[in-house]
Amino acid sequence: MPEAIEPAPAGTAPRTVLRLAGITKRFGGLTANDAVSLELRGGEILALLGENGAGKTTLMSILFGHYVADAGSIEAFGRRLPAGSPRAAIAAGIGMVHQHFTLGENLSVLDNIVLGTEPLWAPVQNRAKARKKVAELAEHFGLAVDPRRLVRDLSVGERQRIEILKALYRGARILVLDEPTAVLAPKEVEALFATLKAMVAEGLSVIFISHKLNEVMAVADRVAVLRQGKLVAELPIAEADRHSLAQAMVGRPVTPPARDALAPGEVVMQMAGVSVHGAEGRPLLDELHLLLYGREILGIAGVSGNGQGALAALLSGQRLPDDGYFELLGETVAKTSPAAMQRRGVGRVPEDRHALGVIGDLPVEENLILEASGDPRFCRFGLLRGGAIRRHARALIERFDIRGADPTTRTRALSGGNMQKVILARVLSAGPRVILANQPTRGLDVGAAAKVQEFLYAARAAGAGIVLLSEDLEELLQVCDRIAVLYRGRLSPPVPAEEADLATLGLLMSGQGAFEDDRRRPGHAA
Amino acid sequence: MRLEPRAHIPLWLSLAAPVAAVALAFACCALLIVWAGAPVVAAYEALLRGAFGSVFAVTETLTRAAPLIFTGLAAAVAFRAKLWNIGAEGQLYAGALAATWIGTGMVTLPPLLMVPLLFLAGALAGGLLLLVPAILKLKLRVDEVVTTLLLNFIVILFVNYLVFGPWKDPLSMGWPQAAPIIEEGILDPLVPRMRLHAGFLWAVGLAVFTWAFIRFSRWGFQIRAVGHNPEAAAFAGLPVGATVLRTALLSGGLAGMAGVCEVAGAKGYLTLDISPGFGYTGIAVAMLAGLHPLGVVAAAIFVAAIYNGADAMSRAMSISNYLADVLTATALLLVLASVLFVRFRPRLR
Repeated sequence: MPEAIEPAPAGTAPRTVLRLAGITKRFGGLTANDAVSLELRGGEILALLGENGAGKTTLMSILFGHYVADAGSIEAFGRRLPAGSPRAAIAAGIGMVHQHFTLGENLSVLDNIVLGTEPLWAPVQNRAKARKKVAELAEHFGLAVDPRRLVRDLSVGERQRIEILKALYRGARILVLDEPTAVLAPKEVEALFATLKAMVAEGLSVIFISHKLNEVMAVADRVAVLRQGKLVAELPIAEADRHSLAQAMVGRPVTPPARDALAPGEVVMQMAGVSVHGAEGRPLLDELHLLLYGREILGIAGVSGNGQGALAALLSGQRLPDDGYFELLGETVAKTSPAAMQRRGVGRVPEDRHALGVIGDLPVEENLILEASGDPRFCRFGLLRGGAIRRHARALIERFDIRGADPTTRTRALSGGNMQKVILARVLSAGPRVILANQPTRGLDVGAAAKVQEFLYAARAAGAGIVLLSEDLEELLQVCDRIAVLYRGRLSPPVPAEEADLATLGLLMSGQGAFEDDRRRPGHAA
Repeated sequence: MRLEPRAHIPLWLSLAAPVAAVALAFACCALLIVWAGAPVVAAYEALLRGAFGSVFAVTETLTRAAPLIFTGLAAAVAFRAKLWNIGAEGQLYAGALAATWIGTGMVTLPPLLMVPLLFLAGALAGGLLLLVPAILKLKLRVDEVVTTLLLNFIVILFVNYLVFGPWKDPLSMGWPQAAPIIEEGILDPLVPRMRLHAGFLWAVGLAVFTWAFIRFSRWGFQIRAVGHNPEAAAFAGLPVGATVLRTALLSGGLAGMAGVCEVAGAKGYLTLDISPGFGYTGIAVAMLAGLHPLGVVAAAIFVAAIYNGADAMSRAMSISNYLADVLTATALLLVLASVLFVRFRPRLR
């Protein structure tokens, strides 16, 4: 509660507000947390860093009472926290913002915040008081959001603010955020960090779960690194550097995969004056001019929602351009469908792995043949060839380093990085000549992202032209041959990656800079 | 008590859980029997004897199970593809109509061909009937729950018209029934002097076929893929629309065969009471079986045994045979609840 916020006593050593001691948690044969001991002090941001599957989320779920530890104890503000009770955790002043939000889409912001804090049978609800309290909290921590709006109309960033408000409304003094930046645009990340800093200035404490080094360096006071369930490092951020943290996370020196210099091949994809109109007639893509060569990776930078969806839909075979000329491998694209794109030799890595990339309830081996179930290698007389499918899966699991999977594992059980490897294995094993990779490393840890890049390099070396859509500029600069920026449906002229720099691209991403057309290209029609 | 997700699900558990649930259902319903003023043990003994206590009881149970296997399979296949077919009852009558139309003298073939022809006709009729809602769902996004359910009434009222009108058998002494299926089309009895007929074998055979089809065929793979995640299936280039239509043909076809099974087997002619709600009970059978085609056989026999046994029990103990409905419903609820304990490990703290 806001009135309960007391500033950190100046000049005294910050006291420990949360103590995790010897937390161990096993799932079957897997040890998710192995005797982890951790302390959180008042008024600090502690980053919990680790690869996917390192046990960060498990640890926080134990703290919040979703799981019960097999061993160990938790103390909050000097009092022992009963295990397995989220209610007790909330009462002890712990608030949790999950990676996947837990909001009722059909309810208003205020309803979502108040939900669960009022007795169900109260004849009258004191909404005015609640609204006032929410407004105060929002004002105080820079979490502006209109309490009357419905959650389904809000952006991801706004929803996150509601989650934080929800925790604060319940009197949280310790806020746990699980991968809070995974879904945010750069500007929203800045705003979130400002809020977090305002909160710790008030004496609250924050645990910030992340696998992104630069964010941890930017916002945390201390960092704790988890690897394979064990706490492997814990140090003040002032004593940390990116390189050693990365190494602690992965457990071995991290070297980005080597990218060979290759001469670009022939044009494999061409768009000239391509436009796509949205539902309200607003252009999603506005007169796009683009050439893609074989043996190159063309990066498309930009904040999501600036036309990436429409561009991906064109290359995925989900729609045709409304205007303009679209050519793939020397053939005009007049009719389209996902299957037709596969036949043309286009490999498609969708943005949303869970929703479009894999069928989570099917085993890995069947996801690996999802796009090739009619291939005579896997299907004869309408019957699936189980043996061949199993061997195919074993080979790809080996070749693409898909961890924790055997052919019959349900795909849902894999981590995000390994799920992405399943998709890449399926797409790349078909030998595509044009590849759409839509945010392929989003949400992946360093090790898995490096693997994904390595696979893309291999496809590039094999002659494929790759369109890489990403919001991560540093990654684009490292991986791509050429980079263009998409802003409100307009594409900036691609520049070679060596000539591009973060500042210029950043400006282009926010709409400042040259978006003149790239019309000096051959093969115009329209 | 807490629930924790299990990393691995042992096979014995997934088989034992429904058995335990059924046992618990019997325990719950014992209270009702006590309430009705009958001795529990004797009542359940009468039920068991009525279901399995003699050759007659066993064959009657299996005779009743046969159409339930068909309609259970119909629901299982459709639900796997997330096609909510509530119209198995109508498809059953459509199948019975087709068998009657062809099998009462229009075509005469030797039995070896006549019986398969009747099943084929019934399957086509049922399949085509479900194709209509499936197309409406695909093209116009019409909710198939509503359309399949309402089609039931249309088909049944049409049968009503036929057996009271143009198809009424002049030799039926005025009863509303169609002419009998010709000798060549009748499903052979399996046990002398009992009603159990070859339709039961057809049902079991089709259960095995359906299981193998879903598990091993490419189209079956597509049904599973579309059922689990239609968006991802479409993105991967799978023919989502065609898969829904194929599912409709298969599901409706299986339900149509239930009608053939009754007209050419248990009854011998079309009447208005060939199905005491087999189409709807099939949904419960499919859910009891966890949508597994082989499980459907066991679930159908179980449900049929309960209904037959309850009839015997009600005669012996003068308890209402509505107890069969209560037992089935309780068992269904408990089996669905038991799924929770298969997927999660309960722990006392």
